[in-house]
Amino acid sequence: MNWTGIFAIWRFEMARFFRSIIQSVVSPVVSTSLYFVVFGAAIGSRIQEVEGVPYGAFIVPGLIMLTVLQQSIQNAAFGIYFPKFIGTIFEVLSAPISAFEIVMGYVGAAAAKAILIGLIILLTSFFFVDVRIAHPFWMLAFLVMTAVSFSLLGFILGIWAKSFEQLNIVPLLVVTPLVFLGGSFYSVSMLPPFWEAVSHFNPVLYLVSGFRWSFFGMADVPIGASLAAILIFTCACLAIVWWIFRTGYRIKS
Amino acid sequence: MTAIVEVEHLKKTYDSGFEALKGIDLTIEQGEILALLGPNGAGKTTLISAVCGITAPTDGKVRVGGHDIQDDWRAARKLIGLVPQEINLEPFELVMNTVRFSRGLFGRPRNDALIEKILRDLSLWDKKDSRINALSGGMKRRVLIAKALSHEPRVLFLDEPTAGVDVELRRDMWRIVETLRADGVTIILTTHYIEEAEAIADRIGIISGGQLLLVEEKAALMKRLAKKELRIDLQSPVDHIPETLSAFDLRRADDGRALIYTYDTTGERTGITRLLGAVQAAGLTLADIRTSQSSLEEIFVDIVKDGGK
Repeated sequence: MNWTGIFAIWRFEMARFFRSIIQSVVSPVVSTSLYFVVFGAAIGSRIQEVEGVPYGAFIVPGLIMLTVLQQSIQNAAFGIYFPKFIGTIFEVLSAPISAFEIVMGYVGAAAAKAILIGLIILLTSFFFVDVRIAHPFWMLAFLVMTAVSFSLLGFILGIWAKSFEQLNIVPLLVVTPLVFLGGSFYSVSMLPPFWEAVSHFNPVLYLVSGFRWSFFGMADVPIGASLAAILIFTCACLAIVWWIFRTGYRIKS
Repeated sequence: MTAIVEVEHLKKTYDSGFEALKGIDLTIEQGEILALLGPNGAGKTTLISAVCGITAPTDGKVRVGGHDIQDDWRAARKLIGLVPQEINLEPFELVMNTVRFSRGLFGRPRNDALIEKILRDLSLWDKKDSRINALSGGMKRRVLIAKALSHEPRVLFLDEPTAGVDVELRRDMWRIVETLRADGVTIILTTHYIEEAEAIADRIGIISGGQLLLVEEKAALMKRLAKKELRIDLQSPVDHIPETLSAFDLRRADDGRALIYTYDTTGERTGITRLLGAVQAAGLTLADIRTSQSSLEEIFVDIVKDGGK
């Protein structure tokens, strides 16, 4: 294993993050605070409680998930797309570093950034609402697994994308709707039975549900199903990444 | 001499069906400087990309330092440094960080003293904390070289290193190549500048249309193909070449004030003695005589024109 190489990629990508610290950290904090003000204070005061949890606190796991998913995909996709776009990818391809190690470097950095932002949002939420975390270990585990699996998805997106437009369109048209419709801001049990059933085809539901369970001990789907969903998703992404490097798809001519 | 790069029957056909390499065989000795000359689209960059692992070859084998680039790619790639033709650099990154990144990427432990030496040799030390996008084109090219040298390669590929750079950098580059050669680094460079190949290469390979037309010692190549010209300046101009001289390959120059004779240096007889005798017999008076060797440029144009025959 070329650990030095993996670390070199990781650190280089993290440097990009810290170079644009304002954009990287301040913007998610500001947008999350706005969600708290709008959904938590303004609307939440009329919603009362969801299954015994005040609405302001209820949306915290969903908000964190929303940002972590977006950040993971965006960071990983940009992280690999940019070297492809400006041509510096040649160096990585010519280095004694395997495809798996390259993915570890890029996906590791993207996931680390997303986790960091997730934790910052959690800290921010303490200023607005009273949040308790029932299972801190599982909370972290879900956060890490989600960040890693969606960074893998972002990596795939970054390889696939041929333009900045394509790079932005998937998060915008696919991921954001899935997150909003995946029970981030409501419990799917509040939906009519038909739409509740439809929601179960949304993979994000399982992530949000599992994550919320780690906070409040309540979930829309069994915790086992959440774990299984995230593992299946991670494996599917890994399989695609493996295929990408095996065939050289859109990286090697 | 031991071979450090062995290329056997290397072929590359792109998805578009374009045959960039049509079976290249090439052995590069350790410590030599090989210049690959060829017109645009000849396959020079594809050859380098295939050896460096950026392009997957369609067929054939490549070994670097005895390691197959496919079966034993890690060991092979550790030995290789590549300076690409295009200036591919992270625009917002600092010079120092990007060079350190390259070293780390190749699995080498951090070595700030070495990086400092490389940057100083390339006159980049005072730019080490500059952003790449604040550098001039020549400086960026130096950064690319620094990156390629940062992991102490044994084989260095320079893909048109002096295309579009100023004279100063070209001189620096030649100096750096000399230093590297002294350290035993093998250097393969592609170039459009024939003077460059002539100035620094030990051997010269000529590529055209995906085929290696020939590889020869520079001096031997020059000698084999060199034609010389003998220029005879006359006291008084002639308006035509005298009948008695029609057997010689002569042409008039400077409104008849000079005659130019082209001959082959490798021929058994150059015909100079006979020519001079005939000139005298024709009643012409010599003012001066000069010879000149044809440049590599002319040789190159000849070879590409008749496909290496």
